[in-house]
Amino acid sequence: MEIIVAITVGLLVAIGIWMLLDRGLLRVVLGIVVLGNGVNLAVFSAGRLDGRAAAFVTEAGAPALAANPLPQALVLTAIVIGFALFVFALAVLKRSWELHGNVETDRITAVAEEPAPDLPAPAGEDKA
Amino acid sequence: MNTLIVAPLLIPLATLVATLLARRSPRAVTALSLAGALALSAAGLALVGIAAQGQILATQAGDWAAPYGITLVIDRLSAAMVAITGIVGTATLVFALARDDDPARSRDFHPLVHGLLVGVCGAFITGDVFNLYVWFEVLLVGSFALLVLGGGQRRLSGTVVYVVLNLVATMMFLLAAGMLYGASGSLNMALLAQAFTAGEVPASAHASVVLMLTAFSIKAALFPVFGWLPASYHVAWTPVSALFAGLLTKVGVYALIRIVTLFWPDASIAHEVLLWVACATMLIGVLGAAAQVEVRRILSFHIVSQVGYMILGLALATPLALAGAVFYLIHHIVVKANLFFIGGIAARLTGSERLAAMGGLYTRAPWLALLFAIPALSLAGIPPLSGFWAKFVLVKASLDASAWIAAAVALVTGIFTLLSMSKIWNEAFLKPHPAGREGECGAVGMRPAVWAVSALAAMTVAIGLGAGPVMDYAVAAAEQLGAPAAYIAAVTGAGGR
Repeated sequence: MEIIVAITVGLLVAIGIWMLLDRGLLRVVLGIVVLGNGVNLAVFSAGRLDGRAAAFVTEAGAPALAANPLPQALVLTAIVIGFALFVFALAVLKRSWELHGNVETDRITAVAEEPAPDLPAPAGEDKA
Repeated sequence: MNTLIVAPLLIPLATLVATLLARRSPRAVTALSLAGALALSAAGLALVGIAAQGQILATQAGDWAAPYGITLVIDRLSAAMVAITGIVGTATLVFALARDDDPARSRDFHPLVHGLLVGVCGAFITGDVFNLYVWFEVLLVGSFALLVLGGGQRRLSGTVVYVVLNLVATMMFLLAAGMLYGASGSLNMALLAQAFTAGEVPASAHASVVLMLTAFSIKAALFPVFGWLPASYHVAWTPVSALFAGLLTKVGVYALIRIVTLFWPDASIAHEVLLWVACATMLIGVLGAAAQVEVRRILSFHIVSQVGYMILGLALATPLALAGAVFYLIHHIVVKANLFFIGGIAARLTGSERLAAMGGLYTRAPWLALLFAIPALSLAGIPPLSGFWAKFVLVKASLDASAWIAAAVALVTGIFTLLSMSKIWNEAFLKPHPAGREGECGAVGMRPAVWAVSALAAMTVAIGLGAGPVMDYAVAAAEQLGAPAAYIAAVTGAGGR
């Protein structure tokens, strides 16, 4: 089980990074999601995978083979946060698509590095 | 006492909710927002007052003892950072009162700023690695929305760069936190520090700390992973970029200081690497600034180079060097935010932030020239302003530690910083306006902006002239950082049933 999870994490992270290096912004955003899932799986596996019983601790102590609830809680938090950030990234992607047409990362960087536009003189304002 | 610990979280959170509820009335939003920021500053200063006595405040969420409850800890460094966060936040909100035609000047600005402040304060006071990750995410969400506020192609493109690189850094941090838990069985910083110094952790825990420090280095914009900062900060609305310039990279620096001093108090390899990274960051940042022709892009590169100084203090790890790093943090946040503010005012008055299209400010607005001179000279390290003391202590610490190259780089960087500042001075202030547009862009409604800038400039002068008490505080903070035993004792002894 550990080996399968480890290989899956490695594959997901590798695919995620490969997609992050792509020219198209869509792939970059999806790459973040794939990378995020790989990381989530890695965090999840940090709490051992052999837990089979729910971690209800009674007076008699924890059950044998109790699953570790902490990484599960951590991953849940990370999934929720990751989802919110993914939605924001998608919104930015959609707006870039509307403004630029083609969403190539080179073009995005070029636009961000363009010289600052001059401020228009405020209309109807008295001279100071 | 315990209620004051959570004040840095509750105040901005309550203000966030209040400003959202009062959305209908812009005036109420502004009033609530300012009141919240002032309350945060007051709480921060009160915490500094308590921390200055040498007491480390610690509490456990839900009163569960240390490994189970989420720990909040406030020592001298945390208290100072919270106070300065409140002050810069207040200055930003006051600056944003000024009349501005930018579409970013909307009601959404206020709740988002407080959302950002919750994240920043949370990162400063948490004592738990995973909780730190959560606060990083909170401040990231706020900063994403603030950066893109107002829209437009340029701003959106800068946001894409910022979002992608910060998300990657955050995922590295999350992975590191998970690995650290898997290797050591704890996420509580104090307990981890205990395990690390006792040598009870496997090698994989050290590997995950390396990954974590890499993630913080991206956040703090260290060489060679600083590229996202100068590619994005200049596109935002002036108050937003000033707030970012003041606070965001410093959260990364704070996290680096906290983790390195707790986990690796005397690991020589880590400090050696950090020393070279610090030198490269200082030098590359300031050289990058020399190639820029826009005010905010020059200043963005200077953030990178200034962060190098703080890391230099951390890398040397002597008590004096750590004190220098703490002093530098306090001084830098005020000065940097102020320079971005002044750049915004100058752009308003001249109609552009490209140096070539600016000019004539010295005759047009001599008060602005004075207000620019104070933080600019302080940034370069001219006595008796605050930056001089910060640099003086760091250079002295480098010489004491026989880090000759670091001392030389720090001094050379200071000279280049002065050159860069004089470039802005010559182009924007001394040279006549190229298009003769003086007077065309008015200063009407700029009074709140001038108040904010004057207040921060006064703080810079005060830190410079009253460097004694501030330095005493920084030295005491460095003592706490250098001796984590008190921190650990405060956490393990606090709360619990």
